[in-house]
Amino acid sequence: MAAATAAEAGAPRVSAARRPPLAWVGTVPFLAYTGVFLLLPTGIVIWNAFKANTGSWTLANISALNTGPVRSAFKGSLELCVISSLIGAIFGAILAYAVASGSPDGMIRRLYLAGSGVLAQFGGVTLAFAFLAAIGPAGFLIHASWYSNFPLGIGLIYCYFQIPLMVLVFLPAIDGLRIQWREAAESLGGSTWHYWRYVGGPLLAPAFSGATLLLFANALSAFATIQAWEDQINYVVPQSIGASFISEVGLANAHQGDALALGMIVMVVIVMTGYVLLQRRAARWQR
Amino acid sequence: MAALDQPLDIAADLAGPAAARRPGGLRASRRRRLNLFRWVVFAIFGLFFLVPLLSMVRFSLEGTTPGSWSFSAWTQIVSYPGPPPLLSAIEITLELAGITSVVMLLLVVPTMIWIKLRAQWFSRIMEFLCLLPLTIPAIVLVVGLAPIYNRIERYNTSALMLFFAYVILALPYAYRALAAGLNAVDATTLSEAARSLGARWITVMFRIIVPNMWQAILNALLLTVALVLGEFTVAYLLTFVNLQVNLFEISRSTTNAGVLFSASAATLLFAFILLLILSYAGRRLRRGRP
Repeated sequence: MAAATAAEAGAPRVSAARRPPLAWVGTVPFLAYTGVFLLLPTGIVIWNAFKANTGSWTLANISALNTGPVRSAFKGSLELCVISSLIGAIFGAILAYAVASGSPDGMIRRLYLAGSGVLAQFGGVTLAFAFLAAIGPAGFLIHASWYSNFPLGIGLIYCYFQIPLMVLVFLPAIDGLRIQWREAAESLGGSTWHYWRYVGGPLLAPAFSGATLLLFANALSAFATIQAWEDQINYVVPQSIGASFISEVGLANAHQGDALALGMIVMVVIVMTGYVLLQRRAARWQR
Repeated sequence: MAALDQPLDIAADLAGPAAARRPGGLRASRRRRLNLFRWVVFAIFGLFFLVPLLSMVRFSLEGTTPGSWSFSAWTQIVSYPGPPPLLSAIEITLELAGITSVVMLLLVVPTMIWIKLRAQWFSRIMEFLCLLPLTIPAIVLVVGLAPIYNRIERYNTSALMLFFAYVILALPYAYRALAAGLNAVDATTLSEAARSLGARWITVMFRIIVPNMWQAILNALLLTVALVLGEFTVAYLLTFVNLQVNLFEISRSTTNAGVLFSASAATLLFAFILLLILSYAGRRLRRGRP
């Protein structure tokens, strides 16, 4: 009996020797913080999405997603995301190629990257104001009648942060194209068209489609810009979440916002899984 | 999840060595065509990006009559009476940027160093947790944060409490910047040397490793500040007033207020300068290393 206990106690001691004892204590503050402010909120959303006002379990919140206004918000999100991510990806890729073909330490590259960082990630509501000043109802440049049109007007504003994001995401892939591949194609008599059709294009394809998916997810979760552009009508899902969150008016129950949020989590997770898979494939040719 | 780091790698993109790929070996004719293509592209995109920004600046400089020039919108940034008053929101936002940066650094830097030295097996979990906020949009996170903030507001209703959420939002940016810096330091050798000379873990961390990754810490700091300056979603939905929410409210109560455009332009310009500093700081670091 004593021997058995010793043997059982021996096993953990071996692994304890490999892992320094008490090393995990150092990770506790970080785990506690992310647990409370990241994992717990996510859990609350998923939990509440299946809760009725009375506190019992229900699927009513989920089935309420299949009603008119919600459906149109999901449709609007889809429209806006497809348009802005496709346009953003194509033009962003062209710009990224132009940036990448310059000097890696040059001023242009610096300016474009810093500018892209600001516009893609830290713009917020200010981007909407920039377009308000340029093409809004009292615009400085033109009084574009389509400024308030969905998805045209807001799609243009979205390109204003989608193209920079594409530059940031796609640049490493283009930097990974080696000059030797081009030279090899040329020495075999290939033209520029041949190079892009048979070498460069296929190499960049996974990175390109991955980046497009990332842009899609980015447009899907954007809230600040579209809210500053129009806060009376809920065109997209984030706006519906915001509306159901601020006032419960027009919604049958308090947990509708959680169900909408769960719907968004599902969409983003699907898109991001695709992105990760494509990125893994694209990474084969990088570095 | 590891592949998620790509988009947020601004720090690495700006600072890291871009594959030195000068197309020097190109044929002259193609070189010329490429240059033409580049300048056409830069001109078109430059226009697309600059025109709205310049219109914003022009709008902010407009006087009382259309076409005239005046600085009043820029001086109003500090004196705009509201509703809501602008200066207090600016103060709150700057304080938030400070608090968020400090808490984020105190939380992430020691943990990362500790993991690197003593608990390697934890690094995958840490990376996953740090990049997770990318997959969970802020608009979703805020729905789950609301009940937690209800609790917090029982003790303190100040907008400064937003820092709890902002640290989470800043995690992916800060993590990428710090990981790049920490990987460039030979932490194991340094800590073994220090330990064998009798240094305690605390000494190793703050007097040996941290001074070797100042650059990365600065990068993480700049990105966090830029993020807090531009944050709208969480503050707006939790009904706190920060700079962006304040601008939003001004745009709702007074359309085309000049101060709207001057403050927006100032914010964007400030963030741009932060990121430009980051790119130059990165270059100095690279030169310093053999």
